Amino acid sequence: MTKKVGLLTTVILLGLAAVALAAEAGPSGAEKVAGLNFFIYSAVAAGFGIAIAAFGTGLGQGMAVKSSVEGVARNPEASGKITVTMMIGLAMIESLCIYALVICLILIYANPVSKLIQTFIGLAK
Amino acid sequence: MEHPILFLNLLFKKLGLPIVSNFEDAHTLAQYLLLPYVTYTWVVMLVLVSLAALAAKSLQMVPSGGQNFFEMLITGIEDFMVSITGEEGKFAFPLIATLGLFILTSNYMGMIPGFFSPTANINTTAACALIVVVCTHAIGIKFHGIKYVKHFMGPIWWLTPLIMPIELIGHAARVLSLSIRLFGNIFGEELVLAILFFLAGLYLAPLPIMFLGLFTGFVQAFIFCLLSMMYFAGAIEHAH
Repeated sequence: MTKKVGLLTTVILLGLAAVALAAEAGPSGAEKVAGLNFFIYSAVAAGFGIAIAAFGTGLGQGMAVKSSVEGVARNPEASGKITVTMMIGLAMIESLCIYALVICLILIYANPVSKLIQTFIGLAK
Repeated sequence: MEHPILFLNLLFKKLGLPIVSNFEDAHTLAQYLLLPYVTYTWVVMLVLVSLAALAAKSLQMVPSGGQNFFEMLITGIEDFMVSITGEEGKFAFPLIATLGLFILTSNYMGMIPGFFSPTANINTTAACALIVVVCTHAIGIKFHGIKYVKHFMGPIWWLTPLIMPIELIGHAARVLSLSIRLFGNIFGEELVLAILFFLAGLYLAPLPIMFLGLFTGFVQAFIFCLLSMMYFAGAIEHAH
C-alpha cells in the first residue's frame, strides 16, 4: 500500500513537473493563486489583442470598401470586377483579424492553466 | 470546443461504439475514426453524393428541377474559373468545384442544431489547404518541367539566395493562411453561437449571428476557391 502511494506520488510529481499546473493532484493555494493570475493576464491579453486587431482591420476594410464604392460610383460598368477584387482584399485583411482571434482563443482555451481554472469554477471535470 | 449535443455521437453511443468528443481523449484507432469532425465529414460526403446522384439520375437535354440547378451551379463555377485561370487551367476545375461544394456544405452544416461543421476543426481545413498547395506545385511542374524552379529564383540571378528562402516561406505560409482563415472564421462563429446560446438562448439571441453565418460560410468557401484558382493561375503562368 505504502509502495503504491509512493509510486503514485512520484508519478504525480513527475506530471506536475511536466505540465506546470494541469495535473489533477490538487494544487496548493499558492499554485492556485498563481494559476488564477496567469489566467487573468491571459484573458486581459486576449481581450486587448482582439480589440487592437479589430481596430486595425476595421480601418483597413473601411478604406478598401470606400475606394471600391467610389470606383463603382465613377464607373458602374466595372462593378463586377471591382466587387470580386474587393472581396479578395477584404478576405486578406480579415484573415489578419482571424489570426488574432485564433491566438486569443488559444490564450483562453488552450493554455495549460485554463483546464485548472475551468475545473475551479466547475465548467470541466 | 464542440457542441454538447451531437446527433451522430448520441446514435453511436446507443450502438455501443467507443465515442469521445475531444481529440485529447482519443487513444485507440476506432476512437480517432469516430471523432465528430470525421463522422460529420462522412455526412457531408453522403449529402453531396446523394444530391449528385439525384440530379444525374435522369439526364435530359432540356433540364428540369435538380438537374437545372446543378447545371447552373457548375457552369457558374466553371465560367468563373476560366475567367481567372484561362482555358489552360480548366482541367483543375473538378478539384476546385469539389472543394468549394464540400467546404460550403460543411460550413452550412454547423447551422443545423445537433450537427457539426467539419471545417470548424483545423485538421479538415489543413487537409484541404495541403491538397491545394501540393496541386499547385504539381501543376507548375507539369506545365514548366524543371524550369518551374525559375518561379522561386526572382528576376535577377544573383538575388537567388535572397529570394529563394522568401519564396519558399511564402509558399509554406499559403497552407497556414488558407487553413487558419477558414478554420478561424467557422470556429469563431460556432463559438459565438454557443456563447450566445448559453447566455440567452431562450430569447433566440443566436439567430442574427446565424444569418451572418450563412453569409460568412458562403464567402469563406468562395474565397478558398478563389485563392486556390489564383495559386493555380500563378503556377501556370510563366516566371517573370
